[in-house]
Amino acid sequence: MKEGFRQAMAWLHTWAGLIFGWLLFAIFLTGTLSYFKDEISHWMQPEVQARPLDDARSLTVAQTYLQQVAPTAARWFITLPDSRDPGLSVMWQDKVDPGKRGNFIQKTLDPVTGQAVQARESMGGEFFYRFHFQLQMPHPWGRWLSTIAAMVMFIALITGIITHKKIFKDFFTFRPRKGQRSWLDGHNAVGVLVLPFHLMITYSSLVIFMSMVMPAPILASYGNDTRAFFSEVFPNTNNAPASGQPGTLLPLVPMYEQARAQWAGGHVGRVAVNNPGDVNASVNVLRAGSDSVVHDFGSTVSFNGSTGELLRVSGGQSLPAAIGGSFYGLHMGHFAGPVLRWLYFICGLAGTAMIGTGLVIWLGKRQLKHLKSNVMPFELRLVEVLNIASMSGLMIAIAAFFWANRLLPVTFAERSDWEVQTFFIAWGLSLLHAILRRGRQGWVEQLSVGALLFIAIPLLNALTTSHHLGVSLATGDWAMAGFDLTSLASGIFLGWAAWKMQHRTVPAPKVERTRGLTLKQEAN
Amino acid sequence: MKSKTSLPVSYRLAVTSRVLAAVVGGYLMASLASICLALWLPTSRADAVITGMMSSFVFYLLAVLWCFACRSAARAWFGVLLPSAAFATLAGVGLWMTRV
Repeated sequence: MKEGFRQAMAWLHTWAGLIFGWLLFAIFLTGTLSYFKDEISHWMQPEVQARPLDDARSLTVAQTYLQQVAPTAARWFITLPDSRDPGLSVMWQDKVDPGKRGNFIQKTLDPVTGQAVQARESMGGEFFYRFHFQLQMPHPWGRWLSTIAAMVMFIALITGIITHKKIFKDFFTFRPRKGQRSWLDGHNAVGVLVLPFHLMITYSSLVIFMSMVMPAPILASYGNDTRAFFSEVFPNTNNAPASGQPGTLLPLVPMYEQARAQWAGGHVGRVAVNNPGDVNASVNVLRAGSDSVVHDFGSTVSFNGSTGELLRVSGGQSLPAAIGGSFYGLHMGHFAGPVLRWLYFICGLAGTAMIGTGLVIWLGKRQLKHLKSNVMPFELRLVEVLNIASMSGLMIAIAAFFWANRLLPVTFAERSDWEVQTFFIAWGLSLLHAILRRGRQGWVEQLSVGALLFIAIPLLNALTTSHHLGVSLATGDWAMAGFDLTSLASGIFLGWAAWKMQHRTVPAPKVERTRGLTLKQEAN
Repeated sequence: MKSKTSLPVSYRLAVTSRVLAAVVGGYLMASLASICLALWLPTSRADAVITGMMSSFVFYLLAVLWCFACRSAARAWFGVLLPSAAFATLAGVGLWMTRV
C-alpha cells in the first residue's frame, strides 16, 4: 500500500471486491431476475388466468369481496391487475400498530368472478425480489447487509474506474483464448459497457434505504419525532383516525374515476382504504408506478370514504424529492416496457458477469503461482469453493426452486415454504459438493447439472401443466413462453460454460510468460 | 502484491487501522456532513434532510478512498477526523441556532 495512488486504489478494488463479491453476485443475479418478477410469478402460478383488463369491474369485485370477508379490518389494499400481473390482489390488516410491521392477509382474486383464485401456493418472483434486498434474514438485518454490500459495490466501482486508466482504449481490446488476460478483458468490457447502469443501480440502492442507514440528518432536524419527517415528505399518509362509529363505505369506482381525471388519465396502481367500516373511512387512490420514471410515493388522491368528498390531491415533488424518486424509479424499472425491460435484464446480467469474472480473476492470478506444486494454500482453496458454490451453486438453486414449483403437489402443506427450502437445500448441497470435489471437476459437474436442470424446464412444464411452449406460443402468452425459452437459453449457456471448462487447455508456459507483462500492466 | 505470509504484523495492524478509519470514521464523517447539509441548506426542512441523506454516500466514498490512498494509517485517521470535527462544529452551531 506504499505505492502510488492507482496501486492503492487497485488494492482496495481487489479486496473489497473479493470479500463482498460472493454476496454481491447473489444480490445482482436475484435482482436481475426481479425485473421479470411478474412474469416469473405467472409461470409459477399458471392457474392465475389473464383476463381482459377492466379496472372498474376489478375494483367492484374487490370491494364486494373485502366487504364480505374483512368488513372490520383496519386497512384494505387493492392492487389492480395490469398487463404484466394478471391477478387482482387484495390485502387487509386487522389492526395497525404504529411502528410495527403489520400482519397482512393477501388473496389473489379472479377479476371476473370475484372468487379467490385456487392457485398453487408459491412466492413466485417475489422470492427473488425479497431475497435481493432482505437476503432471507430477519428484519432489518438483511436490508442492512445488502445496503452495506451496495456501499462496497460503490467503492469497488469507483476504485475500478480509477485503476483502469485506459478506459476507452482497453474497451476495444478483447483478446480471446488468452486465459487470464481474456477474463480481465471481459471483466473490463462488461464493466465499462454498462458503466452508467452500474453507477445508477448501485447509488440508487443506497438512496432507497437511506433513511434506514443514514438517519443522522432526520434525528438532527426532527429530534425524536422522526414520524414528523415522513408525514412532511408523504403528506397523504395523514389520514383521519377511526371514530368508533360504524359507517358505510361508498362505491370506490367513482373515486377511482375522479382520481384518474386529476392525473389527466394516468393509471391507478393501488387503492388503499383506511377503517372501511367506520364513519371516518378514508380512501387513498395511488398512481401506478409504471406511469413515470420519477417515482412519487405520495402521488395520491384522498377521499372521505363515507361522503365521497375529495380531501387532498398531492402536489408536485420538490427537486430533492424528485431526484430521490428518480433514483428509486430507475432502480425498480416499473416504467419499462418490454424492450427496456429486456435491456434492464441484460444490464443486470452484465453486472453479475462483471462480479463473477472479478472473482475468477482474483483466484486465477494467485493460482498461477501454485501450478507446479499442485498444492493450493487453504485460503485459495476457500476462495475456490466459495466461487463455485456462489456462482454455479446459485444457478442450481434457482433451477431447483423452479423444479420444486412444478413437482411439489399442489395440495402439499406449506408448499410455498418448501419451494424456498428447496432453493437453500440445493445451494447447501452445491457448497458441500464444491468442498468435496477438486476445482475444475467441481465447476464442470455443477455447471452441467445446472445446464440439465434449466434445459429440462420447458419439458417439465409441458409434462406437469397444460401451458407448454406449443400452447403458450400459439395463444401469445409471451410471459409463459419467454420463461421457458429463457430457461432453455440459460441451460444452453451453462452447458457451453461446462464444455469450455472441461476442454480448457492451459498452456502453462505461455501463460507464465505473458503473465509477467499483463500483471504489471494491471497492477497499475 | 507480495505473498501474504511475508507481511509483518505491523503492516497488518496498519491495514486494520485503516479499515477501521474507513468504515467507522468514514461513517461518522458522512453522518456529520449530512447533518450539516440538513441544517444549513436554505430549502425546506424535509428537502434539506433528503439532500443530506442522498449526498452522504459521496462523503463516505471520499473518506474511504482517502483512508487507503494516504501514506500512513495515522494520516488516514487524521484525514477523516479533521473534517468530522469541522462538520461537527458547523452542525453544533446549526443546532444551537435552531434551538434559540
